[in-house]
Amino acid sequence: SRTRESLEDRIETVLSMTRTVDDAALEELEMSLIASDIGVNVTTEILDALRERAKRQQIRDGEELRSLLKEQLKAILDEQARPPRTVANPPEVILMVGVNGTGKTTTSGKMAAHFRAQNKSVLLCAADTFRAAAIEQLEVWSQRSGVEMIRSKQGGDPSAVLFDALQAATARKKDYLIVDTAGRLHTKAGLMDELDKMRRITQRFIPDAPHEVLLVLDATTGQNGLQQARLFTESAGVTGIVLTKLDGTAKGGIAVAIARELKLPVRYIGVGEKIDDLLPFDSEAFVESLLG
Amino acid sequence: MFENLSEKLQRAFKNLRGQGTITEENIQEALREIRVALLEADVNLNVVKELIEHIRAKAVGQEVMTALSPTEQVIKIVRDELVALLGKDTARFQFSSRPPTVILMAGLQGSGKTTTSGKLAAWLQKGGHRPMLVSVDVYRPAAREQLKVVANSIKAKIYEGDTKGEEAGTPLVERLAKEARREAVISGCDTLIVDTAGRLHIDTDLMDEMSMLKSLLAPQEILFVADAMTGQDAVRSAEEFHKRLALTGVVLTKMDGDARGGAALSIRHVTGQPVKFIGLGEKPDAFEPFHPDRIVSRILGMGDIMTLIEKA
Ligand SMILES: Nc1nc2c(ncn2[C@@H]2O[C@H](COP(=O)(O)OP(=O)(O)OP(=O)(O)O)[C@@H](O)[C@H]2O)c(=O)[nH]1
Ligand SMILES: Nc1nc2c(ncn2[C@@H]2O[C@H](COP(=O)(O)OP(=O)(O)OP(=O)(O)O)[C@@H](O)[C@H]2O)c(=O)[nH]1
Ligand SMILES: [Mg+2]
Ligand SMILES: [Mg+2]
Repeated sequence: SRTRESLEDRIETVLSMTRTVDDAALEELEMSLIASDIGVNVTTEILDALRERAKRQQIRDGEELRSLLKEQLKAILDEQARPPRTVANPPEVILMVGVNGTGKTTTSGKMAAHFRAQNKSVLLCAADTFRAAAIEQLEVWSQRSGVEMIRSKQGGDPSAVLFDALQAATARKKDYLIVDTAGRLHTKAGLMDELDKMRRITQRFIPDAPHEVLLVLDATTGQNGLQQARLFTESAGVTGIVLTKLDGTAKGGIAVAIARELKLPVRYIGVGEKIDDLLPFDSEAFVESLLG
Repeated sequence: MFENLSEKLQRAFKNLRGQGTITEENIQEALREIRVALLEADVNLNVVKELIEHIRAKAVGQEVMTALSPTEQVIKIVRDELVALLGKDTARFQFSSRPPTVILMAGLQGSGKTTTSGKLAAWLQKGGHRPMLVSVDVYRPAAREQLKVVANSIKAKIYEGDTKGEEAGTPLVERLAKEARREAVISGCDTLIVDTAGRLHIDTDLMDEMSMLKSLLAPQEILFVADAMTGQDAVRSAEEFHKRLALTGVVLTKMDGDARGGAALSIRHVTGQPVKFIGLGEKPDAFEPFHPDRIVSRILGMGDIMTLIEKA
């Protein structure tokens, strides 16, 4: 009869409507993932899984899809999270590495202040002997954070300063030694070998060091970030990421791709140029802003 | 390691050999591959969308030529489209008829402004000019010291000024800029390169400071210094800087790495301003005028096939 037909029609319409909402919502999510620099590969992977789950759990509503996606992104990041480490014999040595201009020196300074605030003793090492006034720049941070710094002169051998700093940190019984290294592109084999050498020197001095090798990554970085993480891990043994400049409009989605493909956790984020603009990484807040 | 775009396209076109026309159906997969390649090169999502539509419109209905395979034919369309977007000619540098010509460097933190200021000074010196450098970055630790070291290494003039006891802020920036300009005139320098502090496009106070510098110095060139590794956000920052300052050109730095540099397309698209120079290293001479056709094959991740296409 007519009523039945029209009821069927109506159900049909409603169903096809929800299906389009579903597709449009998925596409919208796909766009926001790509716009956040997560990259096509990981985006596709995430969305395929999401589509699957949405089907299984009968999810049609865009808002629900979104929270499922959030859950999924958070899981990728949390999977790499590690419990805080206790170092048997201080100093804990932290090497800051990365391509040019990402924020290594600034983060070294902020981190020195961060540990000082926890009543830890810290030593800074100015191992960027290459870039103009890099030493002077870290010097200002050493004053701001009230942390001593070991330096040589511009053009000096970074490994030699590192050696001095390792000695000083051990002799002065410091809790932390933070080593600021020169920015370098991961494609420059000679410069990458220098990092490998620095790592080996550290290891020879303190067998389980460097305890942490932080790749400082600019949140505006696009797909090249993966290659950076790959090659810095090969040469320097990266253990974690610091994602800087998150106070801008870039979302830093490449960190998700790095967590997914290279199993590296994000440790800290930089949210400004001031001394207290460093925060421990919070996957919940990060994912929230990624899709925001 | 990665499958080359041309290999992917060859796969997409495997059924289209020798004859026939490119149709809506048989180009579908190829367009998908092109889209992915552009996104992986960091070309902005919306720019990619627009490009794909142009490419589709140009390709569909084309007869498959005998000189080129369908793959090569489509790549040629893509290439022409990208070159057109970037602007065909290498841009020229503008000089003022009344010296000093002022060049204002602008950009996000760490993009390479200070290094590029030095490179530009060296490049001008080589061209017979007498540049003077000044840093109005009164904020970042040792930023002014950095420019001084750079200037000394290339034996370029620098106006150092005195900042002692004065609080870092826009009034100090304004004073230094004024003094530097006067100094450039007095010492007969024909160009003044003004290195500014890195700033976020959403930082209203510091963007106001840029506007102040622009109206104070009436620069001939306002160069946006951008990192070649920048991703999707490039359009946001470039657009905002352009809206505020009316940029005259772009310098793409850190091109000595392996970034594909798709940000060049995005920035060009939203500002309409040409990329004028590229930075190829940390040293003062690692600097070149920009050639659009070279970056196109880099963005697409293919070198060899281009020469083939150019001959056709
Ligand atoms: N807005 C913002 N700027 C930052 C942040 N971290 C660093 N910066 C700025 O980014 C620029 C580069 O920072 P540096 O610490 O010099 O970077 P770097 O990695 O040491 O640079 P090189 O040693 O030259 O490779 C500076 O202007 C910093 O003030 C951040 O979290 N937010
Ligand atoms: N490999 C490479 N490094 C570059 C290039 N241009 C600049 N750099 C490096 O990038 C880092 C940042 O450069 P700066 O010139 O200090 O950048 P900036 O924009 O002045 O930085 P802020 O003043 O802190 O905003 C430094 O380590 C430079 O040596 C380039 O073309 N290639
Ligand atoms: Mg540094
Ligand atoms: Mg600078």
